[in-house]
Amino acid sequence: MKKLLILAAMLAFPAGAVEPGEQLADPALEARARALSSELRCVQCQNQTIDESSAPLARDLRVIVRERLAAGDSDEQVLAFVQARYGDFVLLKPPLSAETAFLWAGPFIILAGAGLWLATRKRRDTDTLAPLSAEEEARIEALLGAIRKD
Amino acid sequence: MKRAFFLLPLALLFGLLLVFGLGLGRDPKDLPSALIGQPLPSFDLPALEAGQPNLASRALATDGEPKLVNVFASWCTSCRAEHPKLVQLAREGVPIYGIDWKDEPAAGRKYLAERANPFRAVGSDASGRAGIELGVTGTPETFIIDGKGVIRMRHSGPIDDEVWAIKLAPLFAQLQAEAKA
Repeated sequence: MKKLLILAAMLAFPAGAVEPGEQLADPALEARARALSSELRCVQCQNQTIDESSAPLARDLRVIVRERLAAGDSDEQVLAFVQARYGDFVLLKPPLSAETAFLWAGPFIILAGAGLWLATRKRRDTDTLAPLSAEEEARIEALLGAIRKD
Repeated sequence: MKRAFFLLPLALLFGLLLVFGLGLGRDPKDLPSALIGQPLPSFDLPALEAGQPNLASRALATDGEPKLVNVFASWCTSCRAEHPKLVQLAREGVPIYGIDWKDEPAAGRKYLAERANPFRAVGSDASGRAGIELGVTGTPETFIIDGKGVIRMRHSGPIDDEVWAIKLAPLFAQLQAEAKA
């Protein structure tokens, strides 16, 4: 029983804010609606998706997403419908454009910069290791010789 | 060179502090509207008050005069704060049209009955659909529409003396001049 409870707790996932009355009868369409809703940002509570948010405006948008799907829109058409009214901001995966180029490329630029820094740093370390002079070699030989004798 | 490298994290820290500090002063609710430069989306709202003119986007777009479209609701406290400014602007001759958004029409009527009505016409958008067509994220929100029915500015949040004087009035005066020319 305890194990079962732990398993149930591990399998738990956020339920979303979708209310029974909003759901579509067709499970396939409803699944698409859920997927689309989690790609759309709630404009009232900006760090939630409309799928998670219980804000009234999020509910309205969930209903609109379902209406468009029921009317035969493709996923892209539904997202474009909302984007046309609320801008790139509502898309949690913003499209690549001049404005968002840095957002998309930023992590790679930082990674490349860090890689470059590491590479040049390592090279400099090996450069500073000068070969031993004859005097130093002789001293090491003498010390090693002393150890061997013992 | 070595010393400069040592200072780099400190420089990064101050750079970030600057960015975050500037970010604190920004209003996250003040989003750019996707509709700037676009014609007013199509809507036809019933009048809030029986016997009053209804509010249709077509009529707003074709009368040739620049105007404000204000989205309000009786449940919205910032709208109450903003209301006297709207009344003052209406007295000064600024045409203002109202959309009572996601509101019980009866509550909206009561709200306007309790104070002066600055609106030339008020449409009741109980379902909120016209607001969504306009990309409304909350109330109050005000749009400046030019004489050709194109959305030229969106202001999110209440209009007070300062917002009007700095942000809205210059564009509105310019649009009025354009409409007369």
